[in-house]
Amino acid sequence: MTRLVRRRYLALKIDCEEPVEPKAVSDAVWNAFLRLFGEVGASQAGLYLVGFDKEKKSGVLRCGHGALPMVRAAIASITRIDDKPAAVHVLRVSGTIKALNRKL
Amino acid sequence: MKFVDLHLCASWKDSEQARRLMSKSAELGYKQVGVPVPQGFADEAVKQMRQISEEAELDFVTRVDLAPRSPGELLAGLRKFRRSFEVVSVLCSSKAVARQAGKDRRVDLLCSVSFDPKRRFFDRAEAELASVSGAALEIDLAQVLTNLEERSSVGLFTRLRRELATAKSFGVPVVFSSGAINPLLLRKPQDYAALAYLFDVDAGFALDALSKNPAGIVERNRQLQSPDYVAPGVRLVRRMRKL
Repeated sequence: MTRLVRRRYLALKIDCEEPVEPKAVSDAVWNAFLRLFGEVGASQAGLYLVGFDKEKKSGVLRCGHGALPMVRAAIASITRIDDKPAAVHVLRVSGTIKALNRKL
Repeated sequence: MKFVDLHLCASWKDSEQARRLMSKSAELGYKQVGVPVPQGFADEAVKQMRQISEEAELDFVTRVDLAPRSPGELLAGLRKFRRSFEVVSVLCSSKAVARQAGKDRRVDLLCSVSFDPKRRFFDRAEAELASVSGAALEIDLAQVLTNLEERSSVGLFTRLRRELATAKSFGVPVVFSSGAINPLLLRKPQDYAALAYLFDVDAGFALDALSKNPAGIVERNRQLQSPDYVAPGVRLVRRMRKL
């Protein structure tokens, strides 16, 4: 059976000198996306932070296949998380979490 | 693909900051970095910076940023510095300077002082001149990031979109550099290419602006500065021993 929505999973690595909370990362991505593409764009992107490792400062973000270029642009534009200077790097992109873990 | 960042603002006074920037660049996948050398800096400082970049396994490119106030000052600067640096960029602070820089073959990169539309001079006339002389349009993406943070980005996107479309239509090469003074403003080349999506640039064009175009400028200038260079298309292959 084919899925109605094709998804993409992005492995993220946070570059920040201070500890970061998963909620703060999710908020930073959402805020960047809303600022650049508005509420209609955000509603179509299907953004969801699947998991986040606080110690490694890395996580997995899910989005719709069609919104991938917009999501990557929004992620690249993040310069602060929870008002602390930060950068978010995309390590890998994959169609399933299993393949993403294998690639990493 | 060999990624190049022609504008890494490593500090000449703080070697630790330079080391952090260079090692971050290498970690993010860059192979070649250009660092602007302040005028009047000694060869020793350049050697030290080259050593720092070699420690990070990066190819070091010397670059000079000329910020002339008049076309005459630009010509004097080019005469003085062209042969000493691998990349020459010109900060176009007025239309007259921009036009002179656009038509001069010795200029590699055309930069703008700010994102204020009144202080950017890359238009169709400038693109036409640059397409003949071979100068490239440089855009600092770290500067874009800081501007996104500070103010509404509508004007910024409009301006950059227009400039990039003009450069594309006239065949002017575009170079995306970081212009970063802080490692947190550095991004992977693919992430910078993703950021260029905001200016209606496709991924292939953006990746060329981060790899092929800057690498081509460095290679061309290294060939020109090589002792084996004779004339365009003529190069010394082997030296004969005196009989």
